[in-house]
Amino acid sequence: MFKKPLVLATAVAATLVGSNVHAAARDYISIVGSSTVYPFATVVAEHFGKESKYKTPKIESTGSGGGLKLFCAGIGIETPDITNASRRIKKSEFMTCQKNGVKELTEIKIGYDGIAIANSKKAPPLDLTLRDIFLALAKNVPNPKGGEELIANPYKTWKEVNAKLPATPIKVLGPPPTSGTRDAFAELGMEGGCKSFAFIKQIKADSKAAKKAGDKEKAKVLKSKYKGICHGVREDGAYIEAGENDNLIVQKLEADPEAVGVFGYSFLEENMDMVQGAKVDGVPVTFETIGDGSYPLSRPLFFYVKKAHVGKVPGIPGYIAEFTSEKAWGDEGYLSDRGLIPMPKEEREKYAADGKALTPLEM
Amino acid sequence: MNTPTSTGAPRRRTIDIVNAGLKKRRRAERRFRLYGMTAISMGLLFLLTLFGSIISKGYTAFWQHYMLIDVTLTPADIAPDGSRDPQVLAKANYMGLVKASLREMFPEVTGRRDKRRLYKLVSSGAASEVRKRVLEDPALIGKTVGFWVPTDDEVDLLLKGRVNTQLPESQRRVKDNVVAWVETLKQQGRIQKRFNTIFFTHGDSRNPEQAGILGAVSGSFLTLLVTLLLAFPIGVAAAVYLEEFAPRNWFTDLIEVNINNLAAVPSIVFGLLGLAVFLNFFHLPRSAPLVGGLVLTLMTLPTIIIASRAALKSVPPSIKEAALGVGASPMQAIYYHVLPLAMPGMLTGTIIGMAQALGESAPLLMIGMVAFIVDVPHGVFDPATVLPVQIYLWADSPERAFVERTSAAIIVLLAFLVTMNLLAVILRRRFERRW
Repeated sequence: MFKKPLVLATAVAATLVGSNVHAAARDYISIVGSSTVYPFATVVAEHFGKESKYKTPKIESTGSGGGLKLFCAGIGIETPDITNASRRIKKSEFMTCQKNGVKELTEIKIGYDGIAIANSKKAPPLDLTLRDIFLALAKNVPNPKGGEELIANPYKTWKEVNAKLPATPIKVLGPPPTSGTRDAFAELGMEGGCKSFAFIKQIKADSKAAKKAGDKEKAKVLKSKYKGICHGVREDGAYIEAGENDNLIVQKLEADPEAVGVFGYSFLEENMDMVQGAKVDGVPVTFETIGDGSYPLSRPLFFYVKKAHVGKVPGIPGYIAEFTSEKAWGDEGYLSDRGLIPMPKEEREKYAADGKALTPLEM
Repeated sequence: MNTPTSTGAPRRRTIDIVNAGLKKRRRAERRFRLYGMTAISMGLLFLLTLFGSIISKGYTAFWQHYMLIDVTLTPADIAPDGSRDPQVLAKANYMGLVKASLREMFPEVTGRRDKRRLYKLVSSGAASEVRKRVLEDPALIGKTVGFWVPTDDEVDLLLKGRVNTQLPESQRRVKDNVVAWVETLKQQGRIQKRFNTIFFTHGDSRNPEQAGILGAVSGSFLTLLVTLLLAFPIGVAAAVYLEEFAPRNWFTDLIEVNINNLAAVPSIVFGLLGLAVFLNFFHLPRSAPLVGGLVLTLMTLPTIIIASRAALKSVPPSIKEAALGVGASPMQAIYYHVLPLAMPGMLTGTIIGMAQALGESAPLLMIGMVAFIVDVPHGVFDPATVLPVQIYLWADSPERAFVERTSAAIIVLLAFLVTMNLLAVILRRRFERRW
């Protein structure tokens, strides 16, 4: 009665032991990284899998930071070949890569993504400035009575922030700190508004001056003070972390016309009948304004290729060629149908050439 | 108590006291039952709401609209040199042929943007449909053949009535001319609703109309197979030893406490353990059902051990003693007499443990099984995902048509779970003996 399962279990155990041999060869590309790039990379992978003789690459959505960590863990079949990122690789990550033997990596910029600030179609459209965004969402804001003192954010409604805005309570649904979207939102949106206060901008200038003067310690302290002011999001319930699921934010906006959501532009495009994008600094969020950079909350997307794996794992040059082809990332390509905002032609040509030559990144 | 009191107050018999309080007690009794019934009906209400919302969102995904297109298979476009070599035939631009046939149907469409919209009436999988047919039967080349191909996901949603055409054109993705074309096609009888076989025969895809759950189902199957093959023998062996052979001392007590505790450990912890041990130490491949099965084995083992021990305990000791009395060795007594009687209970525990493992996604996150994988896995080393992960990935996709597919996948998962639990109940009913 038990002999069969036992024999099978032994067989499984035997294959387990023999698996190191198996792990030495991988016949599909392994990709990790940003959840923002994931919807684009998967489409390219599917096209590549269908139209080439290679297997369809496997793509994990780990977040930009998580992806780079796995990517930089070393060289070898068990590490990923490509990582997607919704921001540029950091110097520290690059150094980790170097330390772990990932000497040559190629950077390929694929296009832009806009961060949309949107609310339900049932509510009037919003017209925000970066300063409004900062004042509405920062943990500490300059005292509205004037002076250079910072106080805990006292604003309860949009009207208190800016008299032109409606008198609805501030309730913003957005991504959690682990998300690349949140990083970009803090950097482009919050910091953009933060800088408009001269005395805060001065802190950054002081930090730079200190660095120039050679006082590294002081520069560091000032810089982290500046970052703390500009990137700190309020924690009193006005900003609600809604998880990485942008669809969920859209659904919540639909249910609550007073709420405002922060998410990737592709989700706005897919749900145009339910939610509307806010103007930021007077610029509406559209395909064109994100592409030409006039919409302030737009950021570049990248992927990084491990050169050492080219030739060991089959198909990597083919995948890069598919991604960098005009039919994919061009103005009329299939990625633009999915909401990726293409780069200008010269930039596309430059990165396509980089991809072909696998030009190593230098930092 | 019944003796009259000296004060001469009216004598109260016990029955009177009982009668006086009876109404109150009955009311309390009714209230008590009512609480229970409220609890149950609340539970049922939640369940109904859940099922109602899932089924109402998901049932449409089991149908898919197909469109009839007449494709002229011009030899010049497929194989200009007249070759019938499958490799040459496979490379031809079938999408171009499909586009040509759409242009023929709507010759009035001219603008570049309108043409792009026209081409998007059919799924991008239409080309592979045509390719498949031509490869099967090269004699079709040169003829005009009618093909039923899946419509694009947005057209499909429009036909299912899930697009609000009342909104101004600028606010929806399906534009007015597309609506008009679809209407024309419908009148020509070129649109047909069919059972969505793609959903059950394909792996994942980023095009909703080509996405299926087969990849996830086989991934789940392979993962559970590994789990079953490891967890069942190990669990039963551990239970038998602990219950029948192990001496009672502080060490076995410690083991017992640990097993009970392990059953309550959050599953993500097992995922982290799997990452550290199986991936980083043993260097097993990421995303493989083998590793998923190993991690889920760790998770289900305590459940199986606890259930198996309970089943062993419920076998009357007299049976074992009788076997020992007529000269059987302890192993013979257990193997031939106790185990067969305890087996239904053990199997029930195993099936419940398996059902738990089937619904698990958190531990698989850590070992890379949350990934976009198109190819259907065929072995325990192929990269794979499982059903709950597929649901999670689809729920996170921006395309609207994935909403119904997410719910449909949930329906399939629920069907599997109900079947497994039902099997456990039937096994228990049929084979369990009571003493």
